[in-house]
Amino acid sequence: MDSSIDFKKSLIDSILAGLMALVLFGPIVGIVLDGYDFNTEYDRVAWFVAIVMVGRFGVSCFLQSSKGKEMLFKRSSGDSGGVIVTSPNYKSQMIWIIPVVILVGLLVPFIASKYVLTVVILGLIYVLLGLGLNIVVGLAGLLDLGFVGFYAIGAYGLALGYEYLGLGFWSMLPIAAILAAIAGAILGFPVLRMHGDYLAIVTLGFGEIIRLILNNWADVTHGPNGVSAPLPSFFGLEFKRRVADGTTFHEYFGLSYDSGFKYMFIYLILFLVVLLVLYVKKRLVKMPIGRAWEALREDEIACRSLGLNHVLVKLSAFMMGASVGGIAGVFFATYQGFVNPSSFTFLESALILAIVVLGGLGSTLGVVIAAFGLTVLPELLREFAEYRILMFGVLMVVMMIWKPRGLVRVTRTGFATRKGALK
Amino acid sequence: MSKENILAVENLVMHFGGIKALNDITFNIKKGSVSALIGPNGAGKTTVFNCLTGFYKATGGHIRLTTDHKDTSVIQVLGEPFQPLDFVSPMAFIKRLKYKMFGGSHLVNRSGLARTFQNIRLFKEMSVVENLLVAQHMTANRSLIAGILNTKAFREAEEEALQKAFYWLGVVDLVSHANRLAGELSYGQQRRLEIARSMCTNPELICLDEPAAGLNPSETEELTKMIRILRDQHNVTVLLIEHDMGMVMDISDYIVVLDHGQVIAKGDPENIKNNPKVIAAYLGAEDEDEVGL
Repeated sequence: MDSSIDFKKSLIDSILAGLMALVLFGPIVGIVLDGYDFNTEYDRVAWFVAIVMVGRFGVSCFLQSSKGKEMLFKRSSGDSGGVIVTSPNYKSQMIWIIPVVILVGLLVPFIASKYVLTVVILGLIYVLLGLGLNIVVGLAGLLDLGFVGFYAIGAYGLALGYEYLGLGFWSMLPIAAILAAIAGAILGFPVLRMHGDYLAIVTLGFGEIIRLILNNWADVTHGPNGVSAPLPSFFGLEFKRRVADGTTFHEYFGLSYDSGFKYMFIYLILFLVVLLVLYVKKRLVKMPIGRAWEALREDEIACRSLGLNHVLVKLSAFMMGASVGGIAGVFFATYQGFVNPSSFTFLESALILAIVVLGGLGSTLGVVIAAFGLTVLPELLREFAEYRILMFGVLMVVMMIWKPRGLVRVTRTGFATRKGALK
Repeated sequence: MSKENILAVENLVMHFGGIKALNDITFNIKKGSVSALIGPNGAGKTTVFNCLTGFYKATGGHIRLTTDHKDTSVIQVLGEPFQPLDFVSPMAFIKRLKYKMFGGSHLVNRSGLARTFQNIRLFKEMSVVENLLVAQHMTANRSLIAGILNTKAFREAEEEALQKAFYWLGVVDLVSHANRLAGELSYGQQRRLEIARSMCTNPELICLDEPAAGLNPSETEELTKMIRILRDQHNVTVLLIEHDMGMVMDISDYIVVLDHGQVIAKGDPENIKNNPKVIAAYLGAEDEDEVGL
C-alpha cells in the first residue's frame, strides 16, 4: 500500500470544505440581527471557516496515511452489503461502554434540568418505537406503515383503561402490550399472506383506521378532545401536588413539591424498560425465533421448504413488534398526561420507519442513535421547526446515497468450530 | 422395507389457467433408491417438483408420501376446498379448516420431504452456520422464556443444533467457511450448502432440482459421491432433476422421463437409454420429418 500523502489533494479537499463552510456559516454566524438592522461579523465567520479547513486538511492527510487507509478499508461496506460475521472469539468493545452508558443513564435525571429530561424521555419513547418496528421491518422484513396504530392502542389503552376501568399505569403496562399484540395478531393473520407492497398498503390502512376510530367514536374516546392519562405511582404514592385521600410522594419523603419528580420517575422506569427491550432484542436474534425472522426476510420460499410456517413466523414478529409499540404508547400517554388522535398520524409512522431505516435495518445500536438523532435534534433546533420535514427529506436522500444500509452496519456473531455429531 | 414406495404419484394433473402443464403423471419412488426425473426443457419437471413439495397445489390426482413416521397426502395438507360431505361430519370439517388455515408446503417438509432449488435459495445475509440452524427450527428449543433467560436446557439444545450443523458442514466440506456469509460463497459451495441445509431438516426423501447445474466435471463427480453417501449412510431416498446425462445414468436406479407434461418412459437407466420414445423426445422423431418443405 502506497503511504505517501498527496498534499495537493488534501489542499483541494480543505478549500472545498472551506467554501462549503463559508456558505453555511456566512449567514448563520456572520450576520447578527440588531433590532431592525444587522451587523456583519467577518472575524467570526473567518474563525469558523479556518477551523473547518484545518480540520478537513487534517482528516484528508490522515486518511491517506497507511493507518487511515486501513480504517477506511475496515469501514467500507464492500461487496457483502455491509454485513460482516465476527470471528468466534471476537470481544466487542461494548462490554466497557454499556456499563458507562447505564450509569450515565441512571444519573441523567438527577443532573439534567426538567426540560432536558422531557426531551430525553421523548427520545427514549422513540427508541422503544424504533426497536419495536425494527423487529418487524429490520428482522422480519415486513414493511409496516401503520406502526403508529399500535402506539395509539397503547396510549389510549392507558387513558381509557383509567377512565373506564380504573386501571393505573402499572397494570396497563403489561395489558397494553398484550392488547397491542392481539391487535397485531388480528391485523396480521389475514394480511400476512401478502408480500411487500400489499402488506405496506394494508398496514397503512390499519394505522389510519385506528386514528379514525379514535377521532370519530366520540362517545368512548371523546374524539378530537382527547382523554387525560394517569401518572405512574411509586408504590401507591402519587406524584401530584395533593390528593384527596392518602399521601403524595413528596409528603411521604418530606420533600417540597417539584413537578420534576414525575418526569424523573417516568424517565427511570422508561430507561429500565428500554434496557430490558434491548436485552430481549439481543437475545431474540440468537434464538430460533429471531433466526427464523431473519431467514424469512432473506427468502420466504426457502423458509417454507425448511418446514417453517411462514404465516406464524411473520405473525410472531408482528405481535412482538406491536407489543413494544404498545408499551411505548403507555409511556407516551403518561408522559404527556393527555392523549388525542392528532398524535397518531401517518407522519408519526413515517418518522418511526425513518428511524429504523436510518439506523440500519436490524441494527440495535443504529436504531438507538437514529431515534435520539431524529427526536432530540429537532427539539434542540426549535427555530428551524418549519424546515423539519424538509431537512428530514434531505437527510433521508443523503443517507440513501451514502449509507443505504443505515448508520451502523449489522454484525453477525460467528460460531466456534466444533466437532460435528448427530444426536 | 426397501421395496416399499416412499412416494406414490397417481394421475397428477396441474393446470395453470388453460395451460395443461402436467397431464396424468403416475410414478412411484422406492424407498432407498436414487431416482431421476429427466426430460427436455419445458417438459414439466420442475412443475412436478413443485407439486410434490407443496409449492403448487395440484389440480388433480394424488401424491402420497409414506415415510417411516408418517403417511401424508401432500395435496390435502395444502388445504383443499370444502366438500359437501364436510358439512355433515364435523371432524372432517375441522381437519379441512385446520389445513386451510395453517396448512402449506411447510407441512410437507415436516413429514419428511426436503428440497433444494434450481436457482439457489440460501439466506444470503446470514452466516453459513446460521443457514443450517434455521433449518433445525422445528427441532430447536423454541421456548421464548428459556431463550431470553438463556437457560441451561436452551444452551444444550443450541449446542446440539450446532454440532449437527457442523456435522453436515463436514459432509459437504464447508467447515472452514462456517463463519462466512452464505451469499459470499462460490456457486458450487452454495449448491452444497443448500443440500446440507435441507438435510438438517431430517428428511427421508430429498428432492434435488438440478444439483449439478453450473458445476464443473470434478465438482459433479464430488456431488455424485455425496449423493451416494446420503443414500448409503443416512438412509435418504433421493429424487433429482438433472440435465447432465452422464451423471444421471451413473447414479440413478430408476428414471422417469417427462415430455410435454406426460410420462413417456420409466425404468432403469439401460432401458431408458434404448427407449425410442426417449430418443425421439430428445433428438426429434424421424417420422415427423414430413412437416418440412
